[in-house]
Amino acid sequence: MTKRFKTGYRIGVILLAIIITMLLGAVILWAIGADVFKTYMVILTEPLKNKIGVTEVLLRMVPLTIIALGITVAYRSGIINIGAEGQMAMGILATTAIALAFPNLPSGVLIPFAILAGMVGGAAWGFIPGFLKAKLEVSELLSTVMLNYIAAQLYTFFLRGPMLDPAELTMGSGTPQSMRLTRNLDLTRFIPGTRIHSGLFIAIGLAVLIFLLLWKTSYGYKMRAAGASERAARYGGINVPKYLIIAMMISGGFAGIAGSIEIAGVHRRAIEGVTSGYGFSGIVVALFGGLHPAGILPAAFFFGLLIYGADMTQRLVGVPANMVQVLQGIIILVIVATKMVLANPYLMQRVESKFAAIAAKRSNLEVQA
Amino acid sequence: MELTTKAIDSLRIEHITKRFPGVLACDDISLDIGKGEVLALVGENGAGKTTLMNVLMGLYHPDEGRILINGEEVNFRSPNDAFAYGIGMVHQQYMLVPNMTVLENIALGFKQAWKPWKLDLNMVRDRIDAVARQYGLAVDPDAFIWQLSVGEQQRVELVKTLCLGARFLILDEPTSALTPQETDDLIALLKRMSGELSIIFISHKLQEVKDLSSKVAILRHGRVVFQGNTIDHSSSDIAALMTGHEVVLPHNDAPACTMGPMLQLRNLKVRSDRGFLALDDLSLYICKGEIVGLAGVSGNGQRELAEAINGLRKVESGQILFDGKDIANCSPVQVIQAGMGYIPEERNTEGIVPSFSMKENFILKDTDSEKYSSHSFLKNKVVDVEAEQLRQQFDIRSPNIEVAAGSLSGGNIQKVILAREISRSPKFLIAVYPTRGLDMGAAEFIHKQLLQKRNEGVGILLISEELEEITNLSDQVAVIFKGKIQKVLPSSEASRRRLGILMAGVKDDEEI
Repeated sequence: MTKRFKTGYRIGVILLAIIITMLLGAVILWAIGADVFKTYMVILTEPLKNKIGVTEVLLRMVPLTIIALGITVAYRSGIINIGAEGQMAMGILATTAIALAFPNLPSGVLIPFAILAGMVGGAAWGFIPGFLKAKLEVSELLSTVMLNYIAAQLYTFFLRGPMLDPAELTMGSGTPQSMRLTRNLDLTRFIPGTRIHSGLFIAIGLAVLIFLLLWKTSYGYKMRAAGASERAARYGGINVPKYLIIAMMISGGFAGIAGSIEIAGVHRRAIEGVTSGYGFSGIVVALFGGLHPAGILPAAFFFGLLIYGADMTQRLVGVPANMVQVLQGIIILVIVATKMVLANPYLMQRVESKFAAIAAKRSNLEVQA
Repeated sequence: MELTTKAIDSLRIEHITKRFPGVLACDDISLDIGKGEVLALVGENGAGKTTLMNVLMGLYHPDEGRILINGEEVNFRSPNDAFAYGIGMVHQQYMLVPNMTVLENIALGFKQAWKPWKLDLNMVRDRIDAVARQYGLAVDPDAFIWQLSVGEQQRVELVKTLCLGARFLILDEPTSALTPQETDDLIALLKRMSGELSIIFISHKLQEVKDLSSKVAILRHGRVVFQGNTIDHSSSDIAALMTGHEVVLPHNDAPACTMGPMLQLRNLKVRSDRGFLALDDLSLYICKGEIVGLAGVSGNGQRELAEAINGLRKVESGQILFDGKDIANCSPVQVIQAGMGYIPEERNTEGIVPSFSMKENFILKDTDSEKYSSHSFLKNKVVDVEAEQLRQQFDIRSPNIEVAAGSLSGGNIQKVILAREISRSPKFLIAVYPTRGLDMGAAEFIHKQLLQKRNEGVGILLISEELEEITNLSDQVAVIFKGKIQKVLPSSEASRRRLGILMAGVKDDEEI
């Protein structure tokens, strides 16, 4: 089998997967009575038509990238982290607490400090399921999901209680949110008139960092070995439980960083709904990006596009933004199916022999002609 | 009950050629098997035997050539097509669902019993009975697969294949996982069955080729290099043809070293996964530059012993003195750093990380060493250079050092493990079933390497079921039975018969 055929086959399968996703989505759009073509055009092209649109897509790409990187570290180490949503919330709480406690620190100190705090908050929330799995073999699927609920309630508790904006208490409607955090925490918005902030560069920097960690260092080697074959890793003297916990802490820590940056760059205060499903979308981005930083960056851009585009469909064609979640679900199913198709060498063989037969027929015809 | 398939009077394979990227797996192979014949297909790992059988089963499509059954050309596109013609294959890895009964497992493939809304288990039961009577193949239909030994599971596979109407059996290394006793039973069974069926079996073991087959075909590098009737040729002729040279497995005949003890096991007690004492007060001494062969029927504590020494299993009580230091209950990494080398039993899942490349597997134990990393960053250039060197030195047959280790053949995987363990220059080596399932060429290579290490002063604990391997290589032979050492005797006194008696658990061999 030639290498050219192999690459072509892979690209072909992926293209087919995209077409199938679009078709399945189309069926659902048609069922709710929407204009299918127009909806897709709005989602995929409308955001890219102006500066605001592009920067808003990039804005959504930032948390998606960072969370997906964390999920990749966990996944490669053999643990599936569905708890990014909760870890992100804990990161936001920690960042907010630091900003409220030290409003007068200069930016150069406060920003790294607050992001570090967010990381620690998320890492602590990631440590729990990691520890439970490593020491007691508790399924991380259960523990991370359950911790999401706990984190959500803690988050609401703090926003309604200790961190509630004093202004809301005295004269406002009691909206559960913190006060506007100190301006020293603000990340620079580097394109005037848009919301895109320097967190984008942090996200790209972290992508490089994760690539180096996983594929260039002995830590990454051990984590990947533990994930690929626990038994062989144990045999090779790798302390599997230790690296499981470390991987889960990195994963949670990254979700925490994503939360910090979202607060410091976009919202500037802790409000309800900041996480808005990023923790779950991050899983899809990680899988869609092939669990590799080089794939995650474009995948995060694509999902940023989907999320932002979905907001626009609501306004422009009256299709609910929740449609994006339906599309995400379809994408997960198609990714899983695609992976199985790509992992089946016999199928590839059969496709190749079909192609060879067609090519032979055609060359016969040409000879006859 | 009648078979749904027609009898196969002859099967011809004509000029089959199959290419993979960079490899010509089958090169113009022609074979011919008649009714009631048993063809032994022998050859080294990677000679193309399994590929050829996969072509025959419709798993692969040949690039050239054709298959004729009863003189008619057939074109199999999947194993189901091959089944429909009555060709059945028992793979090396059994395809059984462990938490289902024998009956349910057979019903899985038995389509006639799939009635609308109902699975006709009684029909399957009748069929199993019929097959059991016809071939003298007793199985308990209500036993769960996980309750059965490897030999019994294989019998279930055979019954399954026969129930589905197989008239022509393909067996891929049927004895590689069986104990000597089970092997004898299987050979006797297949001999009986050959009266009614045709059989192709793939094997590395000359003895069973001699015992069972009527014809033998030898493959080397994808070509048939020899075909003939088995009775016309001696074992050593066949062995020579298999590897292309006369194979004489190396013997240990250098004088035993007396350099003092290296590994001393004292009153070890270790529990098995199921909680009973797998090692019960076991004591054993091994010196530097000495090979001690541990003979025994598998399941008598060998696995637990190897795992306990390497820190992979908890030691309840007792001492493991390694170079004078007690390493009982040390972590695996501490044992590795103390200079222990370990060739594990499960080479595919434990000895390598299958999805990692060959070069990554070479550094499995050494990612923290100064040789391969500095400040936690891996030295990729050094890794590449070392890997290429090891690949050549250990004659590992692969296109390059980047291939996934799991995609290599068994012999080459074992060479990867051996290369890693030996290149780490250990003080002691534990080799568990090091040549199980390997061809003679690979076994010869591994034996030579072990002997060379011994002569360099490394102590070796060789755990094996192959008595020939043990008596050829060892200075001393220890026999393990139910977690205890029955007896330790010098290799010169370890006759096959005496070892057999000791392995069966008879304690005082002197009186017999």
